[in-house]
Order: sequence, then C-alpha cells, then structure tokens
Amino acid sequence: MNTVRQLDRVVIRFAGDSGDGMQLTGDRFTAETAKLGNDLSTLPNFPAEIRAPAGTLPGVSSFQIHFADTDILTPGDAPGVLVAMNPAALKANLPDLPGGATIVVNSDEFTARNLKKVGYQANPLEDDSLEPYQVHAVPLTSLTIEALSNFDIGKNEAARAKNMFALGLISWLYSRPTDTTEAFISKKFAARPELAQANIAALRAGHAYGETTESFAVRYEVPPASLQPGTYRNITGNLALAYGIVAAGVRAKLPVFLGAYPITPASDILHELSRHKRFGVTTFQAEDEIAAVGAALGASYGGALGVTTSSGPGIALKSETISLAVSLELPLVIVDVQRAGPSTGLPTKTEQADLMMALYGRHGEAPIAVVAPCTPADCFDAAIEACRIAVTYRTPVMLLSDGYLANGSEPWRLPDVSALPDLTVEFASGPNHILDDGTEVFWPYKRDPETLARPWAVPGTPGLQHRIGGLEKRDGTGDISYDPANHDFMVRTRAARIDRIEVPDVVVEDPEGEADVLVLGWGSTYGPIGAACRALRQRGLHIAQAHLRHLNPMPANLAEVLAGYKRVVVPEMNLGQLSAVLRARFGVDVVAYNQVRGLPFTSQELETVLEEVVKNV
Amino acid sequence: MSDKLSLPIQPLKAKDFKSDQEVRWCPGCGDYAILAAVQSFLPELGMERERICFVSGIGCSSRFPYYLNTYGMHSIHGRAPAIATGLATSRPDLSVWVVTGDGDALSIGGNHLIHALRRNVNLKILLFNNRIYGLTKGQYSPTSETGKITKSTPYGSADAPFNPLSLVLGAEASFVARTLDSDRKHLQEVLRAAAVHQGSAFVEIYQNCPIFNDDAFEVLKSPESRDEALIRLVHGEPIVFGPEGRHCVVRNGWGLAVAETADVAESDIVVHDSTAADPSYAFALSRLSGDSLDHTPIGVFRSVRRDTYDSIVRQQVSDAQSDGAAEAELAGLLTGSDTWTIL
Repeated sequence: MNTVRQLDRVVIRFAGDSGDGMQLTGDRFTAETAKLGNDLSTLPNFPAEIRAPAGTLPGVSSFQIHFADTDILTPGDAPGVLVAMNPAALKANLPDLPGGATIVVNSDEFTARNLKKVGYQANPLEDDSLEPYQVHAVPLTSLTIEALSNFDIGKNEAARAKNMFALGLISWLYSRPTDTTEAFISKKFAARPELAQANIAALRAGHAYGETTESFAVRYEVPPASLQPGTYRNITGNLALAYGIVAAGVRAKLPVFLGAYPITPASDILHELSRHKRFGVTTFQAEDEIAAVGAALGASYGGALGVTTSSGPGIALKSETISLAVSLELPLVIVDVQRAGPSTGLPTKTEQADLMMALYGRHGEAPIAVVAPCTPADCFDAAIEACRIAVTYRTPVMLLSDGYLANGSEPWRLPDVSALPDLTVEFASGPNHILDDGTEVFWPYKRDPETLARPWAVPGTPGLQHRIGGLEKRDGTGDISYDPANHDFMVRTRAARIDRIEVPDVVVEDPEGEADVLVLGWGSTYGPIGAACRALRQRGLHIAQAHLRHLNPMPANLAEVLAGYKRVVVPEMNLGQLSAVLRARFGVDVVAYNQVRGLPFTSQELETVLEEVVKNV
Repeated sequence: MSDKLSLPIQPLKAKDFKSDQEVRWCPGCGDYAILAAVQSFLPELGMERERICFVSGIGCSSRFPYYLNTYGMHSIHGRAPAIATGLATSRPDLSVWVVTGDGDALSIGGNHLIHALRRNVNLKILLFNNRIYGLTKGQYSPTSETGKITKSTPYGSADAPFNPLSLVLGAEASFVARTLDSDRKHLQEVLRAAAVHQGSAFVEIYQNCPIFNDDAFEVLKSPESRDEALIRLVHGEPIVFGPEGRHCVVRNGWGLAVAETADVAESDIVVHDSTAADPSYAFALSRLSGDSLDHTPIGVFRSVRRDTYDSIVRQQVSDAQSDGAAEAELAGLLTGSDTWTIL
C-alpha cells in the first residue's frame, strides 16, 4: 500500500518529441484535473516545425499544467515534475527544473544513438548528473508493447500508445480519474476499435504500473479548489475569442463575416469559426491578408459584423485597409494574436510587441480603439467588448491577444447568455437632415451628437444611396472635399470619436491601501504580475496592481491613478511600448521592466523585480 | 435583406442614375463615354437604384462610383475585388459592380482579380484599359507595349505586357468580354450579357487617355483601319471580318490564325462558340491581337455556367441554420461537452 500525501499545488511538464503526442497527453490530464475541481492553468510549448527531425532538441514539444486547491493565475514558473519521453526532452527541459524535482523518463529511448543526437557524452541516467532530482527511469516503450502483446496491432502502433501509458502512470501518481479519457479515446479511434482498445489498455497498464511497482512509494492528492459557484469548462484563449465573436454576432443580431488568411498562432480562430455557420457565421479564407481584411470591410459595409484575424506580419499587410475603415467610419474588428517578431520571428512564441503598431501603425492620423484580454478565458469578454465598440462607434477595433493566451487554457465559469451585453444596432432607414429649403436629405457623415458615430446606411436601403471613399469628405454631406479647414476638422473629429468611447475605469487592487508602488500591466502579463503581487503581500509588503484592458482610449481615471503612487512599474514582453505611451501621455516616469524571450514572465522574476522597487521607494 | 429582386414601380431613366457630383475627368477622356453608356444601360437592369453598388479601387477610372446615383465605394488601390467579394457574399440581393483600371486590376491588385475570378464570385468587373497610368501622370502600366517611352521609362519600358484576357482566362473566369469606350452600342450589348451572367463577369474596355496615351486604340477606331483590325465576335456565327468579310479565323496548330476567306473552305472557318467548356478556344482568340492590335476580337469570348462561390457559401450557412432560438443554441455551444459544477 502506497502512502498518500496531500499537496496544495503541483506543476507538471510533459515533454517529448513532436510526434510523441505530448499536447494530447497534456490536454487529457488537464481535462481530468478540471473534473476533479482543481483550479488550473496550462501552457503548451511547441516548435514551429511540423515534424522536426525525431529525437532532436528542436523537435521537443511540451505541455505544462499548474493545478492547485486555491485559485491560481499562471501555469507555474518551474515544473516540480518532468515527464521526459526521450533524451532531447530531458536535456531541453532540465535547466527549468528546481533541485528536488521529480523526473519520470522513458529509459527505452536512452540509447547510444539518441544520446549522441543531443550531445550527451554519457548516459545521464547512469552517471551522477541527475543526483539533485528524484529520477524514475521507466521503460515506457517496452512496457507498453508488452502490455499490448495480445492486441492485433503492429509493434510501431503499440509503441505509439506509450503516451497513454505515461498518462496512466502520472494520473495514478496524482490520483486523477481516467474514465473521461477512456471515453475520449473510444470516440477518437471510433473508426479503429482495436486501436481504441489498445490505447485504453495502455492507459490502464500505466495506472496499474504505478500501483504495483515499488518505484513510487508515495502518491499525491491535490484537493479541489473552492472556486466561485457555477458551471465550468476548460478553455483556451483562441477558443474563447472565437466564441466571443459568435456571441457578439448573436447579441447584435448581425451575421458575422470573418475574412482570414492562415497564420500561426491565429489560425485556430478561423478553424473554430468555420464550424459555426448555424449562428450565421460566414468564413472566407482569402488569397492574402489584404483580401481578408478587405472582404471583412466589404461585409461590414453591407451590414454584417466584419472581422479579420491574424498575427503581426499579417496585421502589417492589413494596415492600409484599416486606414480606409477609419476614413469610411465602418465597424471592423481586427484580431492580432501577437507572436515574437520582427518578421517571421518566433512564430510559435509569445510577445506583446505589436502595441505601438496597434496604436499608431497606419498612415495619416488614423486612431482606432485597442482592447486587450488578460487571460485565456477573458478572451471571450474582450472579444465581445471589441465588437461592442466597433458597432456602437462605427470604428475599427484592434483586439490584441497573444500566443500565450491563444494556446494557454484555464477553467472558465460559463456566462449567462441572456446577461451578455445587448449589442443591437440600428441601421439608417431614412433622411436625417433638412436643408434650408426644407428638403429632407440623407447625409452619410452627419454624426450622432453623443458618440460622434455616423449612420450605418447599408446598400439596399431605399433613398439613402450615397458614395463613400478614402478621399477626404466634407463633414455632414460626405462629398469629396479638399478644403483645408474641413480636413483639419475631420481629422480632429475622427480622433475625438475614439477619445469619446466610453470605457470603464481601471480598477486598482491594493488590499491594505498602503502601497506606494503600483504595478501596471496589459494583456497576458496579468497572471504572472498578479501571482507576484500575492507573493509579496503574503510576505507583508505593500503593492498595488492595476491592469489595462483598454489601450485606446485609456480609462478616464488613469491619470489620477498613476499620480497616486510614488513609483509605477510596467512589466511588458517588449522593450517598453506601454511605458513609452504612458510617459508621453501622462508625463509619468514609469519603471519599465522588459523581456523578450518569447516566453511569459515567471512570477518569481517579477516578484524579485517588484520587491526591489518596493523596498527602495 | 431578401433574396428577391423587386422591380421599381416607375421605370428608371439614365438621368435617374446621375449623381449630384461634378464629373472631373480630363476633357476628351474615354471615361465620359463609358459613364454615359453605363448610366443609360442601368435602367435595363430593372432594379431599384439602392440595390446596385459600384466598388472601385484607385485611378482615374475608380472615380466612377461618385458619378452614379447608386450605392458606391471608392476604396484603395487594387483591393476593390476583395472588398466587393465580402459585400457580394454577404448580400445576394445586391448587384455588385467593380470598376478598375489596368494598373489597379493587373498590377497592384492582380492577386485579388485572379482569385475573385477563380472563385466565380457574383461580381461584374469592368476594367478600363488605357495602357498607361493616368492619375499618377504618365508612367507605363502592365498593359503598355514593351519599349514604351514614358515618364518612368525614358529609355523605353523593358516590361513584357499582360494580355488581360489571356490572364483572366487562365484564372478560370467564367465570363470574359472586350469592348470599346467609343462604341456605345457594342459596349451596352456586352454589359447586358455581363449583367445576366451568374458569377464573375470580366469586361475589358479599351479606353482612350487623351493626355498620356492618346490614340492608343486608334487602329480600332479610325475609319481607315478599323474594319481591317476589329473582329466582332457573334456567338454561333463564322468569324469573318474586314471589308466584304475578306478575312476569317481558322484553326492553326494549337491555336487560331487569320486567313483570307477566299483561300479557305467555308467549313474551315471557325464558328464562334462562347459557351465552349474548354477555355483553350477563348484563350486562342485572345492571342490573335498582339501589341499592335492589328487583329483584335471584341465581344463575348467566353460565357459558361459554373457554381458561384457566394451561393455555395450562403447555402452552407443557410443549411446549418435552424429556426431555434440563437441564444439557447449559443448557451449549448459555450457549454460544450466537458463541464463541471461547483456548488
């Protein structure tokens, strides 16, 4: 009988070759953990190559999950457990492991040839290089093949089930159920029942191996977290964002038109939306990024909710069309799932270096609204907010997600659909102006006095025929105008229209109310910043945290908030873009903390940075 | 936004399609003739003005929408087919027209043109070809002859030009035609055929730029040369042209060639078939005219039925939609299959 030990939190990283099925293994472990009621956060990390040469360092794919009995904010800085399916996975991930961490390796893969491939002079399982860790060398491949000897499948197919064996073993080690994974396998291999049975057998064999072998003296339990009551599901940022767009279409009672060109890490939004035609969603895989945004704008002109999704390189190509949308004053939602740049950069790695492009990356004075989600689940609400601004103010809105949010996941408390914002819009239906001679006419650029939005007059509306274009327009009539004073007025009005967008005040979290230092973030840094703040407060230090969802316009109370602290620290995964904006707009000399490694901040590094500022203020 | 086209109560006239904007092309520009021809043709569509939308790019021709009392968008350089694709796909009740030029459609917007045609989106694309850049004041275009002396090519252009019709036929266009700005009757016949075509209709209109490339098509217009040069295509009729039908078109290897009618058997003269499934025939027709335009077919080269992108896409959406309450279905979508509840 094993000893069972209670833990409050665990970070596990599954790592293997790209072909080893580590993302699937991680997903399944996540699903079981969610069912058990732990709070969790995940971070996949995979190479840009579809299949890098097997067994090499560039081919290593990993999936990290952090789960706990309390609510958590990040996928965890350092894994306490590493499952390494080959020497490359061990070598690539070892530097991230703290001393004392548990390592489970597939010893079958530690052959002379595989060791040489990744530059190991000696077998690390046989020398003392892994002494600081608790190593469990398990011949996962041969055990799996043996367990499946009675199945009528080839040896290679049997060997491929080793990820399920590993999942079974780790599920046993952390007392996770496996029944929903069994159901999942049956469904996935429905066309080949013998393969389904074999994978289930491998999963069970891994579980039984943990139970019977003496190698594992202790198993662990992590009790459920006490989360807010409600129904939950696990969700990635890209999925939540796609659902947000579907929901916005339903709540606006508008058909959604997505124009997109495939690009990492945004393509999954196109894939997802292409499945939801029953909600009136049309997806158009365009010939290029420019056509994608052009078609979305054309659809908006026709009265649909036009959306385009991409990443940095694609957004750069869309820039001219976004400026046209600024001039036409039509709704358009542009999703930028940021990745590490410039150019192709690190396509599968995260960064938030497109902020300046979102704010300023167009010709002429072309302001647009910019909104950023802060967690994977928050992508749902942020997408609805972006659509709300677009249809209410007839403007392009940039939604700035990133690779970390896109592929990361967390539990999501399902919203009450009827309580989502009502985005109903009214199209123009008749004349809106009376000339001096009493004639009733339609003026396409006569604005709503509150929002400064112009009427959305869709083709097909009788009597409202009008022409719009990229040339400067006379205020009101929309006729072409080269008048200098009119251009000055229109440029200022387009800017005022964005500045007037109503956005909620930024909320400061400062439990004791005694902080001198404010840490201000935006986007996906919310998790690690929040975790660092909690850690500091637990140690008796005072720090205030605020996070910007609206990057343009910024909340009305921001100037006051910034002025209320002796120091403002702004951590960003870029070289200081928000910092530069804050200095320029508010004259605040913020402390910028920046890294661009293609990875999210660890809460540990932020804790160190913030502690330094707090203690020296 | 119903699918049905309803007829206006009062028959419309050309003047009903004139907007209140002052037309600002250079005196003598071929665009005036095209505008007048289009304005007097549009009533024939039998549609209300609000159901018609013209989308253009950038260039002299792209000012066109401002002068029509329909819906219109003057967009950005080369992108009109992309923008119109979004509009036409989401709005089957509209008649969507694209007005473009040789630089707009074939240079900066080449990609959008070929893909719109490949998809067969229900758009009518009018390409005004004057073989020069007008709005930017006189640089050579992708249809200018090799060796052309222009502002940007003082030593002569080194570019080989596109043959626009060969290009669009290669892009799987289902309707391809050519006409002249100065021949209103012919122009309107071609527009009529394009308007009733289901899918993308591509019409090249030879258009004179009196400022930067005057008389580029004079060989097709001057009474001395036009009869020798113009080949008027009529579906189902033998292709003969020239004074007293002196010349004709015959098969020649993989392609077509011009021959003297007197020298060939009547059965060797090609009978024009715009409905030929294989585009090779229309392609061969497009190759008859070289840079010098000495044998230039005009009329409908090709007109075949093929499913349109927009109707397929709309069908997929309408097949998937049910009468159920969208909000109830939305809750189901968000919930998915793997949930847990915390009490």
